[in-house]
Amino acid sequence: MLVTISLIILFLPLLSFLVQIFFGKKLPRQGDWLATSLLFVALFLSFFVFFSTGANDRVVGTVSWIDFKDTPVLGSFKIDLGIVIDNLSAIMLVVVCMISSLSHLFSIKYMEGDPKYSKYYAYLGIFSFSMLGIVLTNNLFLMYIFWELVGISSYILIGFWYEKPGPQYASKKAFIVNRIGDVGFFTGILIIYITLRTFNFTDIFAGIAAGKLTGGWLTAAGILVFCGAVGKSAQFPLHVWLPDAMEGPTPVSALIHAATMVAAGVYLVTRVFVMMTADALMVIATIGMITTFISATIAITQNDIKKVLAYSTVSQLGYMIMALGVGAYTAGFFHLVTHAAFKACLFLGAGSVIIALHHEQDIRQMGGLRNKMKITYYTFLMATLAISGVPLTSGFLSKDSILAGTMAFASLRGGINYIFPVVGFFVAGLTAFYMFRLVLLTFHGEPRNKEKYEHAHESPKVVTIPLIILAIFSFFAFYSVNPIDANTGWFAKYVTAPKTVVPVEQRFAYEQEAVEESVFVEEIHHFHYPAMGLSLFVAGAGILLAFAFYKWNKFSADAVVEKIRPLYNFSLNKWYFDDFYDGIIVAGLLKFTQALKWFDNTIIDGAVNGAAYITEKAATGSGKFDNSFVDGLVNLVGSFVMFFGLIFRKIQTGRIQTYLAYVLFGIIIFYFIFRAL
Amino acid sequence: MEQLHVGLTHFLIVSALLFGLGLFAIVTRKNAIMILMGIELVLNAANINFIAFSKYGKTIEGLPNLDGQAIAIFVIILAAAEAVIALAIILNIYNNFKTVNADEIDSLKE
Repeated sequence: MLVTISLIILFLPLLSFLVQIFFGKKLPRQGDWLATSLLFVALFLSFFVFFSTGANDRVVGTVSWIDFKDTPVLGSFKIDLGIVIDNLSAIMLVVVCMISSLSHLFSIKYMEGDPKYSKYYAYLGIFSFSMLGIVLTNNLFLMYIFWELVGISSYILIGFWYEKPGPQYASKKAFIVNRIGDVGFFTGILIIYITLRTFNFTDIFAGIAAGKLTGGWLTAAGILVFCGAVGKSAQFPLHVWLPDAMEGPTPVSALIHAATMVAAGVYLVTRVFVMMTADALMVIATIGMITTFISATIAITQNDIKKVLAYSTVSQLGYMIMALGVGAYTAGFFHLVTHAAFKACLFLGAGSVIIALHHEQDIRQMGGLRNKMKITYYTFLMATLAISGVPLTSGFLSKDSILAGTMAFASLRGGINYIFPVVGFFVAGLTAFYMFRLVLLTFHGEPRNKEKYEHAHESPKVVTIPLIILAIFSFFAFYSVNPIDANTGWFAKYVTAPKTVVPVEQRFAYEQEAVEESVFVEEIHHFHYPAMGLSLFVAGAGILLAFAFYKWNKFSADAVVEKIRPLYNFSLNKWYFDDFYDGIIVAGLLKFTQALKWFDNTIIDGAVNGAAYITEKAATGSGKFDNSFVDGLVNLVGSFVMFFGLIFRKIQTGRIQTYLAYVLFGIIIFYFIFRAL
Repeated sequence: MEQLHVGLTHFLIVSALLFGLGLFAIVTRKNAIMILMGIELVLNAANINFIAFSKYGKTIEGLPNLDGQAIAIFVIILAAAEAVIALAIILNIYNNFKTVNADEIDSLKE
């Protein structure tokens, strides 16, 4: 029953894709109503699945795809394809379907009049299908297939306006950077398959628990699988594609680059969380920490409304990855869900602003919009409060859980590990600062571009309704009744950290003794209120600073910028990551390929040409021999024959009388011969 | 005066002269009709031989052997038939090539 419904949810977007791609143009309104309503049906069904799945329920549906039994050399070769419905996939179904259906609705206005309107809905459909596939699958094999499907469909969507050079470049970049991560993911899958002969998550974990894959290989497998997440979730050092991906249509940014595709990486890590060794988790936490710090510092100085949101997305994804790395499993996944709602709201709000200003994205051209776009302003503000971690919002709960997790981790491990909470709190403050900078510059103050301001107006209902729904989901009440403690809410009870399966000696020291309640969870409870207090403090400081700069004008932003010009440039230029990649790696690769080209052109081609030269010379020699000696012999015979031919031809006159004369002479000669005898 | 006695030898000499003249005509003449006439001479030379041998040859029970004479008559008939066909051919050749010169009728050679 649940399996059937889940499969229907999975295939509804695919149906939408097929209908749109083949018949989209012929349908009334180019079929947007069909695609949107199909997604809303999927949303409805996923709510049903969600409410009928308990915290410990686990429904699996599999079909045997390939089964070679026992082959002589390979051993058993068997691939089962299947889906699993448990707490994680049930929540993700709702998240993906909700963001996707609201993005569909929003796009009706945003993409209005686009020449490829029907194709756009088709692409949204194929993307939703692949994303739901990632969510539902119960094995790494299908996961990888859907993973790549997500990659290609996001490539198509980012490059939707491929006539322009920007989206063209951005889609290529996103695809290639993702591939780099995927190579790691693929290698990780190979390690797992070769040692455990299975793709199935449950069988993998059972195999690891039975000690079939241990030591360095287990750590390597974990880190390599995480590489896939680094690519998809835009983690350092592969985070460069996400901000560029903002070249795509804004609803796509909301769908792919805020809520779903980038969440796929985090989701993957939660799926395989139990097989991560202590070393792998340290790598994950460190990557997450570096990412969140770098991107938060970049977000401060960006002037494109979508770029700010993009870097804040990277930063929040780093937060989630860091949370998972330090072991705060519930917190990381919780932040994924809450972030999906409020970040989608922010992106769609930005989309609404962009519609109103006729595709103007520079916040220096905005200002004062709150008087003209009330609904957009209040929903945007709500989401901003949530991402900044202000009490009574969902973001407050999830961010607080993550910070408590990092503090617990630091106190248990000590020493250098205090860097995780320090960076966490610093980034929380930065987030509050740059998000309020964005709000104040966009909606408050005097309009800086009068002409655009005059033409601005509130967006129609298809735009505001998704905004309102998402803003409502940014309230705490949907996740926990208690506005200051997520641990008492349903979410914390619904998603609990599973027991790790890695060998005892590869766990963190504090997890090695078997105890009833995890020491780490205990420690999180311990640090709950200190973390909350500190996060409130840094968020408040960040918001106040933003107000001081951009509302009350206590300080002049320009003056500060002048004082720290090098730092400002460093941030504005995104830490020179793109320049580094272009200058060192891409240019290096180009140099390398140039060298290879030279090698090909001179050595390989030279060898080929040399062989050709020698062959040609040998052929010329043997040709000469043929022409002079062999032909000479043949010609000699020929001319010999010809010589006698010429002589004997003379007597063949063709005149019968001549022949008769010969006969006469012949007879006379014979006469004398015979007489002589 | 010694009486001239005509014997077999005289006939053979006349026949040989006639044969030689005919052969000479065949070999040297260009005109197809002259060649034909040469052939007639050769045939008649043969006829003289046949008849001479018939006259001077062995007798059977006192009577001369008439086989040679019979063959001579066959040859005359044959020569008549041959002349008819040959003249018809020559007429056709003349119609086609506007000449009866045997040297110029050499289209098979080309």
